[in-house]
Amino acid sequence: MSTRVDGDAAGSARPGGVKLDRVVIRFAGDSGDGMQLTGDRFTSEAAAFGNDLSTMPNFPAEIRAPQGTIPGVSSFQVHFADYDILTPGDRPDVLVAMNPAALKANIADLPAGGTLIVNTDEFVKRNLTKVGYDANPLDDDSLAPYQVHQVAMATLTQGALADTGLGKKDAERCKNMFALGLLSWMYHRPTEGTERFLREKFAKKPDIAEANVLAFRAGYYYGETTEAFAVTYQVAPAKLATGTYRQITGNTALAYGIVAAGQQSKLPVLLGTYPITPASDILHELSKYKQFGITTFQAEDEIAGICAALGASYGGALGVTSTSGPGVALKSETIGLGVMTELPLLVIDVQRGGPSTGLPTKTEQADLLQAMFGRNGESPVPVVAPQSPADCFAAAIEATHIALKYRTPVLLLSDGAIANGSEPWLIPDVADLPDLSVEFATEPNAPDGTFWPYLRDQETLARAWAVPGTPGLQHRIGGLEKADGSGNISYDPDNHDRMVRLRQAKIDGIEVPDLTVDDPSGKARVLVLGWGSSYGPIGAAARRVRKLGHAVAQAHLRNLNPFPKNLGDVLKSYDKVVVPEMNLGQLALLLRGRYLVDVISYTKVAGLPFKAEELQDVLTDIVKGVDAA
Amino acid sequence: MTAIDLGLPGLSGLAGVPTADEPQKAKDYKSDQEVRWCPGCGDYVVLNAVQSFLPSLGLKRENIVFVSGIGCSSRFPYYMNTYGMHSIHGRAPAIATGLATARPDLSVWVVTGDGDALSIGGNHLIHTLRRNVNLKILLFNNRIYGLTKGQYSPTSETGKVTKSTPMGSLDHPFNPVSLALGAEATFVGRALDSDRKGLTEVLRQAAEHRGSALVEIYQNCPIFNDGAFDVLKEPDEAAQRLVNLEHGKPIRFGKGDDGAGEFGVIRSGFGSLDVAKVSEVGEDAIVVHDAHTPDPSYAFALSRLSAQDLSHTVTGVFRSVQRPTYDDLARAQVEDAKASKPADLQSLLRGKDTWTVV
Ligand code: SF4
Repeated sequence: MSTRVDGDAAGSARPGGVKLDRVVIRFAGDSGDGMQLTGDRFTSEAAAFGNDLSTMPNFPAEIRAPQGTIPGVSSFQVHFADYDILTPGDRPDVLVAMNPAALKANIADLPAGGTLIVNTDEFVKRNLTKVGYDANPLDDDSLAPYQVHQVAMATLTQGALADTGLGKKDAERCKNMFALGLLSWMYHRPTEGTERFLREKFAKKPDIAEANVLAFRAGYYYGETTEAFAVTYQVAPAKLATGTYRQITGNTALAYGIVAAGQQSKLPVLLGTYPITPASDILHELSKYKQFGITTFQAEDEIAGICAALGASYGGALGVTSTSGPGVALKSETIGLGVMTELPLLVIDVQRGGPSTGLPTKTEQADLLQAMFGRNGESPVPVVAPQSPADCFAAAIEATHIALKYRTPVLLLSDGAIANGSEPWLIPDVADLPDLSVEFATEPNAPDGTFWPYLRDQETLARAWAVPGTPGLQHRIGGLEKADGSGNISYDPDNHDRMVRLRQAKIDGIEVPDLTVDDPSGKARVLVLGWGSSYGPIGAAARRVRKLGHAVAQAHLRNLNPFPKNLGDVLKSYDKVVVPEMNLGQLALLLRGRYLVDVISYTKVAGLPFKAEELQDVLTDIVKGVDAA
Repeated sequence: MTAIDLGLPGLSGLAGVPTADEPQKAKDYKSDQEVRWCPGCGDYVVLNAVQSFLPSLGLKRENIVFVSGIGCSSRFPYYMNTYGMHSIHGRAPAIATGLATARPDLSVWVVTGDGDALSIGGNHLIHTLRRNVNLKILLFNNRIYGLTKGQYSPTSETGKVTKSTPMGSLDHPFNPVSLALGAEATFVGRALDSDRKGLTEVLRQAAEHRGSALVEIYQNCPIFNDGAFDVLKEPDEAAQRLVNLEHGKPIRFGKGDDGAGEFGVIRSGFGSLDVAKVSEVGEDAIVVHDAHTPDPSYAFALSRLSAQDLSHTVTGVFRSVQRPTYDDLARAQVEDAKASKPADLQSLLRGKDTWTVV
């Protein structure tokens, strides 16, 4: 397969440079230094060039943490390659440190021999003391293991902008674009896209736009003219499957999935929500797409958000609510009402570090049991978890499909890592999207000629759904237990037992695809099983283990409730099953309880994704142990 | 209907709700469910009043929805032959907001109580009122928790001895009308459960109001708080205490020799109102009720005429003003977007910056 890249975003790049197959770059600076924008632009350049890529933003929960301090450090890591990669990379090959705090917070991650580019202008006594440096690390030999490039970025930027008439402060603010320009030169990146982007972004302030473009170019030319950077690098486009791609974050993909679900079901969408990190971007995104019949309601609290969504569903719309773990806790009573009234409802939990307020901007997978069981009574709901940023699109459509077909709230578990991370997305053809249309009840269905809202479809066990406005089908629903069939209030013990079992059977019977196992050798005796956003690091680790000559099988769960029908058989066909999770073993608990398989739970709850390296070590040890036995 | 254009933004609260082909009767609104409130409960009277009143609106029954929370009164939807949802404690206004926003062709009613609306659901109540969502909220105020068997509520008078407060309750009560006005509700009314005529009139105006309408209904709970409103029901007492409002009429009450009412409401102090003998202050001093006064302070002052002792209990429509409704505006934004931008999913997914691998 030949790889040629074109499209709106494609840009040409300067030829030459030492060929590399992959590079990880981390931009780190103060929250006010524009590191997220810088990283984002570098990513777009990589995308425009046709690399495969994966990104990991990391920023403080405080909007303006004290300047120049360690808690105020914001960073953006981008991994780009000429082959299909799975993670944002464990460690950077290149670290760009805009100030002493950024250096101190990140240097431990840079492997010996790695490239370090520092903005020397910030390495003054005051800033050094602020973060506990007794001596300037640029002056002693503490950075000897690295290839250090000292660049006075602020001074150089101010010099480049001297003739623009821009104030010193404003000029200094463009130093992130200087850094971007320098890195773009080092890695032979196309530059047209960034210049176009800057002119569009600052369209209302042309002088600022020009200043940023000038700073960007100054960085690029600095690389070219100074002798300091003897070597440049080239990462060729990746040989991805043919088709048209774009770069996308998890939250954007999720929002698009909801738009698509509304279109494919031909239902208006009402998102009832309350701002919460890291889910707010779903609200921001959807509020832009009213032309698709989407109403976004920013409610007074989490509870009102989901209640409005449920009210809209009751009226025959697609009700959606988006939140993070603390919000799910508040919404749980309404999810229970959705279970009881058997109405479709999409509940999105973009998980973050917990418990309580926890780590709002960090990632975790610790809401699985909350999603499964966090309600009073026997209250089963389907749970779907996307495995990567781009996968959020398909996951949203799948979750909606289940909600509408089976008339049930569905929990979609994303997390901070995939919500803010990005990767290339093979843009789907709308013609290939599934039809999600629903049939509302229009006629009486009961033996007595009336309408019974709790008569079920024999195959799906979904109840009849008649929306207000349908003549002759007036009925009442609510949170009290229903009589099987008629839906009238019932306190009958046998009826309750039957209804509890019916609700459970409905969820258990949801059709989900069988679990597929990836085992290229066909000889693996160890299976590594994950769910959600850990797909990337687990996959990368499995590849590495295989490269070392060991056999390991990998499978990943997208459906956590119900589990795929073949899961038990899969688990039982391996000597050992390893389950890595960013929690204290929640999936492991479910697997042991359900299948009586003593899986090996490997857990880490650091607020950061797994590193492929650590999982590689864990898997290698286990595989070796099994082989030796 | 008046033939003269008053310049009011004149959409009815029922605009867009389809009307019935046939005339209706009260029994058309009775469901097949047996009503299960305690004997003598005020809820029966209100249910009957609502069932008798709805036919006059002439709406299709299937386009009427009652949404309730939790509490004795929240059983109401089960007894109505309309669509209905008996939801969870305090959340009915939020559920109804989603429903009313999604469906302009429905007449949406919320049935709630003093505990449901003012305690656990207080937040949703005030936000619904400030947004002015087109829904009607019937707040049954019996000043007690009935369903949980008799604890004091946020409208119980201070010092109330109940199961949970053997030495008397400590908290200062809410005045629901004052609270609603503080949230700048566009329509606020009050009625007594036993006053079928007065209640029906307030309900009629509420139904026709486009926006959130809060109707406080004083409702007797014979089991846990019997006689809470008896002073308003005994004819001699009532005449001295009940101040009934009629838009455009001087606010007078009490027996009076001329039949026009011995007492009247006058202005006093910093924007507040007081009660005086008409014979002492003169007819010209009596305030003429204007429910359309834009500033809610006037209606608020009316709501403060008496404390919780019911010494001067104002009933009728305190305030009825026009303000765009949240749901109309939300739908208008969607319609504007549809008219100005194509709903092209493929081009949305494609976005601006793409590249092709061939
Ligand atoms: S407890 Fe009171 S309010 Fe509740 S049904 Fe009985 S009488 Fe009515």
